[in-house]
Amino acid sequence: MAEDGRNGGNNSGHGHAHTHDHSELSDIELRVRALETLLTEKGYVEPAALDELIETYETRIGPKNGAKVVARAWTDPDYRQRLLTDATAAIAEFGFTGRQGEHMVAVENTPGTHNMVVCTLCSCYPWTVLGLPPVWYKSPPYRSRAVHDPKGVLAEFGVRLPDGTRIKVWDSTAEVRYLVIPERPEGTDTWSEAQLAKLVTRDSMIGTALALNPADLEGAV
Amino acid sequence: MTAPDLVDALPATPRDKDGPVFAAPWEARVFAMTVEAHAAGLFTWGEWAETLGGELGRDPRGDQGYYLHWLSAFEKILADKAVADPGALEDLRSAWDAAARATPHGQPIELGRGQR
Repeated sequence: MAEDGRNGGNNSGHGHAHTHDHSELSDIELRVRALETLLTEKGYVEPAALDELIETYETRIGPKNGAKVVARAWTDPDYRQRLLTDATAAIAEFGFTGRQGEHMVAVENTPGTHNMVVCTLCSCYPWTVLGLPPVWYKSPPYRSRAVHDPKGVLAEFGVRLPDGTRIKVWDSTAEVRYLVIPERPEGTDTWSEAQLAKLVTRDSMIGTALALNPADLEGAV
Repeated sequence: MTAPDLVDALPATPRDKDGPVFAAPWEARVFAMTVEAHAAGLFTWGEWAETLGGELGRDPRGDQGYYLHWLSAFEKILADKAVADPGALEDLRSAWDAAARATPHGQPIELGRGQR
């Protein structure tokens, strides 16, 4: 059972510089895509190999501002409330603005509820907030399975949730882009915002993982 | 030469202590394509460094971003090697542009849309 994301009421009527009836690629994106198509057709590169190489850098692309946002939400209840009420404005408090950071909606994991985001990966993916999307996000099977069997997909990622946990699947679009606020790990009560931000991975902000534990962090560094 | 070595050999590449950093996804895409094209034997790293240096040299004040020059250099070296004909690239850009315009917002853009 999947739930469709609510349409972001706090986004309606928001002024917008670009039209939303069709997609657009910038001149630079057109050049990059043309090169990839040609090199692929000629057999010099394989998109899968490119994806694989980029995956090794994917945590190094874009500012990934969302981790700081989540860390503040964990430490500052007022900020958390603002984030849940109007995520776009709350994220902008950090000075993070720009097209990719617009139309954000924050959804919060709780002991009884886990949120997970699927996305059609349009050109409006909020990579400045969430980081680069994972490669498998692009695959239609992932998307459809995440909607029909979210628990199974999460289990494959190694995420086991307590029985009875409700899983909500949100469909990120150009108009509503979701940021998952993962649960704050235990044993971090004395941690600073900057320390906490290190626990917030890209995957935890799209709900395909939980935030890291302090022990994970030691292992990773 | 691996990708990290490549970055070491090109001192102007935006990086931190752990390797290259990219300001936007397309930058990583063109970087990866360059690594793969080299692996496919299309050019040597020496040739690449020379071509990239030539593009960077045309913008001594650095008004344009580093990866914009990288992109131009990649187009140039592929044209010089008769791998990518500029006209063919132009046609593909138009096709991608048409595909984007024919794609409702929020859906993945696939080549071929808006053409047939």
